[in-house]
Amino acid sequence: MNVRVPAQVLESLLIPVSALLAALLLFGIFLACLGNDPLAVFHSMVRGGFGSAFAWRNTLERAAPLMLTALCTALPAQLGLIVIGGEGALVVGGVSAALAGGLAFEDQTPWLAIAAMLIAGTAAGGAWIGLVGWLKHYRGINETITSLLFNYIAIALMNHLVTGPWRDPASLNKPSTRPVGSAHMLGDMPGLGVHWGLALALALCLVCYTVFRQTTFGFAVRIAGGNPRAARLAGLPVGLLTLITCFWAGAAAGLAGSIEVAAIQGAANASLAAGYGYAGILAAFLARQNPLAVIPVALILGGISASAGLLQRSHHLPDAAVLMLQGIIFITILSSETCYGRLQPWLDSRRRA
Amino acid sequence: MNDLAGCGYPGHAAEVSHARPALEAIGLCKRFGPLQVLDEVSFKLGQGAFHALLGGNGAGKSTLVKCVMGYHAADRGTVLVENRECAIGNPRDAHRYGLGMVYQHFTLVPEMTVLENLVLSRLPIPAMIRWREEKQRLAALMEEMPFSVPLDRKAGELAAGEKQKVELLKQLFLQPRILILDEPTSVLTPQEADSLLGMLKKRTRSHRLTVLIITHKFREVMDFADAVSVLRRGKLVYSGPLAGQTPARLAELMTGSEEIARTVTREKVEEKPVRLEIDRLDVASDHGARAVKELSIRLRGGEIFGIAGVSGNGQQELVQALSGQRRPDRGAIRIDGSPYAGTRREMARFRLRCLPEEPLRNACVPRMSLAENLALRTFDRPGFTRWRWFVDAKAQKTQARELIERYRVHPPEPERRLDTLSGGNVQRLVLARELSGQVELLIAANPCFGLDFAATAEVRRQLMQARNRGAAVLLVSEDLDELLELSDRIAVMFEGRLTYESWTAEADLDTIGLRMAGH
Repeated sequence: MNVRVPAQVLESLLIPVSALLAALLLFGIFLACLGNDPLAVFHSMVRGGFGSAFAWRNTLERAAPLMLTALCTALPAQLGLIVIGGEGALVVGGVSAALAGGLAFEDQTPWLAIAAMLIAGTAAGGAWIGLVGWLKHYRGINETITSLLFNYIAIALMNHLVTGPWRDPASLNKPSTRPVGSAHMLGDMPGLGVHWGLALALALCLVCYTVFRQTTFGFAVRIAGGNPRAARLAGLPVGLLTLITCFWAGAAAGLAGSIEVAAIQGAANASLAAGYGYAGILAAFLARQNPLAVIPVALILGGISASAGLLQRSHHLPDAAVLMLQGIIFITILSSETCYGRLQPWLDSRRRA
Repeated sequence: MNDLAGCGYPGHAAEVSHARPALEAIGLCKRFGPLQVLDEVSFKLGQGAFHALLGGNGAGKSTLVKCVMGYHAADRGTVLVENRECAIGNPRDAHRYGLGMVYQHFTLVPEMTVLENLVLSRLPIPAMIRWREEKQRLAALMEEMPFSVPLDRKAGELAAGEKQKVELLKQLFLQPRILILDEPTSVLTPQEADSLLGMLKKRTRSHRLTVLIITHKFREVMDFADAVSVLRRGKLVYSGPLAGQTPARLAELMTGSEEIARTVTREKVEEKPVRLEIDRLDVASDHGARAVKELSIRLRGGEIFGIAGVSGNGQQELVQALSGQRRPDRGAIRIDGSPYAGTRREMARFRLRCLPEEPLRNACVPRMSLAENLALRTFDRPGFTRWRWFVDAKAQKTQARELIERYRVHPPEPERRLDTLSGGNVQRLVLARELSGQVELLIAANPCFGLDFAATAEVRRQLMQARNRGAAVLLVSEDLDELLELSDRIAVMFEGRLTYESWTAEADLDTIGLRMAGH
């Protein structure tokens, strides 16, 4: 028993790290086939992601939405649901935030407009994934499929709105909603040069970790996720737990969308669907659905995507190379899931031998 | 009524002991983590023998037969079939050597019909399946059986007892030469059990079949077996002919020095107010049919109300409606006069607890630890939280240590994952959780299914104690002896209705048997 706990902890570190290394190895082979020196490319990736203050800022700005969209997958996972609708919730959140900031609260004081944007985005994203949860629990429709299809609906809806009814006539070559105005933008944290969205994302990861791992609510969610029948026997409201969890999952992604609008884009447009939602699924699986582990994982993935520009410039790699690396990581991570629970027996057999 | 129970088969045992062994295991060892489950177990199964395997919960009975079947790989040891060494790597290999097994847990594909499940088990599966012929063959086989199963229902919709019957039917359909049964009779009526075992016994007499049977029922061992092996904590303590053994001697072999709970006598309890009131309740089953039909029950404190019946007559749905797992369609459930809808608050207020059948599936979270599973009822109660909203893991662990010791859950490690426990120990754990604290209304469904006799005695003692304390107990069981021993009032459930109700003292056994069969 004294050995069991460390073996589990060891596994949950060792296996994702080995999977990550395996992915880099495979990517290295691919690079070598293209005629690049893999080590030089990896060096550039580290430089482009973490090599300078500018690189760090770039990385952190990408890591913030990743943390939030990762929560969109990691929270329902506590219930045993696989939700991959982060992209859709982010888009819906972004559009709602732009609407709130650009139309309804245009003439209000800045803090009120910012608050309205963040709340609108959070609520809209929450309702979006909450609907997925409702369909799952009350209608028995597979949540993975619905959340994926909801992504397409969200993106189509946004395209319709920004090119149609809510289009700003001034946005010519890139159809957008009306800008929220520079006075209403989410500012930078003093001394860091990174917007406040990062702080929000970090705080939300910590709060989710605490709520889902240490409170009675989180305990109830884990019971319902582990065996809904046992949860009902204990009198737990499984449907309500599903709705609440899915709501907060969507809310996190919706917040990411509103931060993108309030801190980066200034308006809702097609740039919202930049793939943060999909990369968030990867981050959640890499973090083994642990809201706290999401933070370092999002940093690594943010760094990789921040280095894309440098790779393009100095190694003439296609833009999609980084996406490919992400894809390889996803495959190795998913394959490595089968390795869990084998370390302890292996250690036992070695000790006896 | 038990017209078959008295049939002995004298003279058979002596003949068997000299026969060439059909199956022999030599020095089997198996270890799960730090736990030595089997320790150098060797035994012989005579040709045409009816061999009983006895042992307490967690003694390693299931593990032993699973090692023989290739379901688990033994760490050491060999298995000989008909004096030839066999490398049995998986149950398919075992099947090829003529071994078949009825498992304690279910091996059916829930989404497929019973017919499909049965045909699926044939090896090799023919490229083209003639469904009509298969169905006719099965119907013919079922004619010989003392029970029948619905061939067109999905396996997942069947109650535990029906599933068990399908598992049995599956093996008989495959016609193995050596048949291993892991507690096959726990879900059958006594008559069904006797006629099933009688039928198997008849097949062994003509040396067409050799049977190894795991059971907790001494009556079955004494009536049908001709040889017996006893396991205790992974070691074989006896293997040989049954002749000369008495139930008391076998019990002693099984338990060693462990003390057995004595039955608590039924105390006279003054008449208490009605606690549970079920009024014209309708509950639908998974496939939408009305499983419980306009059922009404009034249950007083200090009384055990027993519901007998063959599994699949709506008992499962009734228990689920009471335990909060299923929403009734019509009718009302009232506890102490106020309506009850299966919420956590109501369960805590009315002190309602539940012992459902298949505890691993219905009452436990396999991926969580023993301590966490023991805290399912209490984790949000005062004393188990910090700052009101936070889980107090330390308090959970303290509770777990105490309950594990009191209910002798083995191995006694609160941190261990629940799904590493043996079936009987999972059951003890659920008992520990549900019976701890002041229970005032208890819903129990086959609470002794799969328990050894020491644990069975303990459960029955607990149920009677709860009743004597003034709790109301609703006991749904397929074990008629259990119901007659424990209940104050007894009823028979058939096709969703109570078709018989009486004080147990005045109950007429023949009528009960007839009502159970639907007459």
